[in-house]
Amino acid sequence: MIRDLAETFGGFVRTFGASQLFFARLLAESPRVLLRPSLVSKQVYNAGALSLVLIMVCGFFVGAVIGLQSYSNLARFGAEDQVGPFSALALMKELGPVITALLFAGRAGTALASEIGLMRVTDQLSAMEMMAIDPVVRVAVPRFLGGAFSLPLLVAIFTSVGILGAYVVGVPLMGLDSGAFWSEMKQGVAQADVWEGIIKSIVFGIATSLIAVWEGYNCQPTAEGVGRATTRTVVISAVVVLIFDFMITAIAIT
Amino acid sequence: MQQTKSVEIGTGAFVLLGFAALFFLTTQTSNLQSFDDGYYDVTAHFDNIGGLKVRSPVSMAGVRIGRVQSIEFDRERFDAVVVLRIDARYDQIPDDSDASILTAGLLGSQYVGLQPGGSDLYLESGSELEFTQSAIVLENLIGRFLVNAGGSD
Repeated sequence: MIRDLAETFGGFVRTFGASQLFFARLLAESPRVLLRPSLVSKQVYNAGALSLVLIMVCGFFVGAVIGLQSYSNLARFGAEDQVGPFSALALMKELGPVITALLFAGRAGTALASEIGLMRVTDQLSAMEMMAIDPVVRVAVPRFLGGAFSLPLLVAIFTSVGILGAYVVGVPLMGLDSGAFWSEMKQGVAQADVWEGIIKSIVFGIATSLIAVWEGYNCQPTAEGVGRATTRTVVISAVVVLIFDFMITAIAIT
Repeated sequence: MQQTKSVEIGTGAFVLLGFAALFFLTTQTSNLQSFDDGYYDVTAHFDNIGGLKVRSPVSMAGVRIGRVQSIEFDRERFDAVVVLRIDARYDQIPDDSDASILTAGLLGSQYVGLQPGGSDLYLESGSELEFTQSAIVLENLIGRFLVNAGGSD
């Protein structure tokens, strides 16, 4: 049993190391791929534009529920004016980056992983190698770059729509003053708070895209393997995003 | 061809929307640009600033007219130098106005309140507020109260 554990742990370390080497390779090949922007823009469409409606609808309702919860609790202390900054800070620093990254892993990450996995199953990747086309350059890097570029934009859209959702609940529904909502928000939110969210979204974009591309690229070439790769994409992305979220917050606070 | 076109439009719309959202977050929700139409700085010395912080509001008659730009320790006078950044719209504040550090509510955050004086000259960039009143420190207040209560017996 101890041997099993040791093997599992050894396997984990090995997979981790291999994924980091894969990441280094993706980064090394990135400048070459950026010279052909059409490859990347197609993936920005797949990962970003197609996730747009999902992100906007979720962002609106997350913002609305934060507005509602903060209103009902702050009203007990007569601090309803703080709904604006409270919702904006919660969305910017935590909910925006984290929920968007989780949705992104579910919507775009799984699509990436299963697409690349299916290419592996149908030997398309091997066929490319036969034609002297590097599948990492042609398939993996554009998808990685497209995902890593899309997520920060999706987070910004999610957060903005979320603030709008909080506004809709706070001002027309609960009768807060519109001017107080915006001016208190400007008072309470510093540039550093906005940047914390942007840095988180960049890190999460790189992490979720890397995980999706890695899982797809290295999946077992069977139907079951593709299924497992998509599941692992979501599970690992969620864990990694939450761990990184804690670490970045800890760095930002200290 | 038709499909490429819709992909291009979708991508373009997504990227534009994304950057518009970033622009909104960086400029509209935080107070980067609240004084972009001009301001002037005046200084004031306080014996004790209590819990005053950079970016605390400066208000006059309850109206917010500026914010605290910086707080430094004066090494010669052993007091605090507070720089107040006041919106240029409010350029007719008498130069003998007095500044006091007040608290919003019982446990609220502290702010600088200005009381207008009677001078004909107005505050301008670089002028100093002569009359200041420090923050009330609760411990000192309680201490004084206890001493007084003890003395009256």
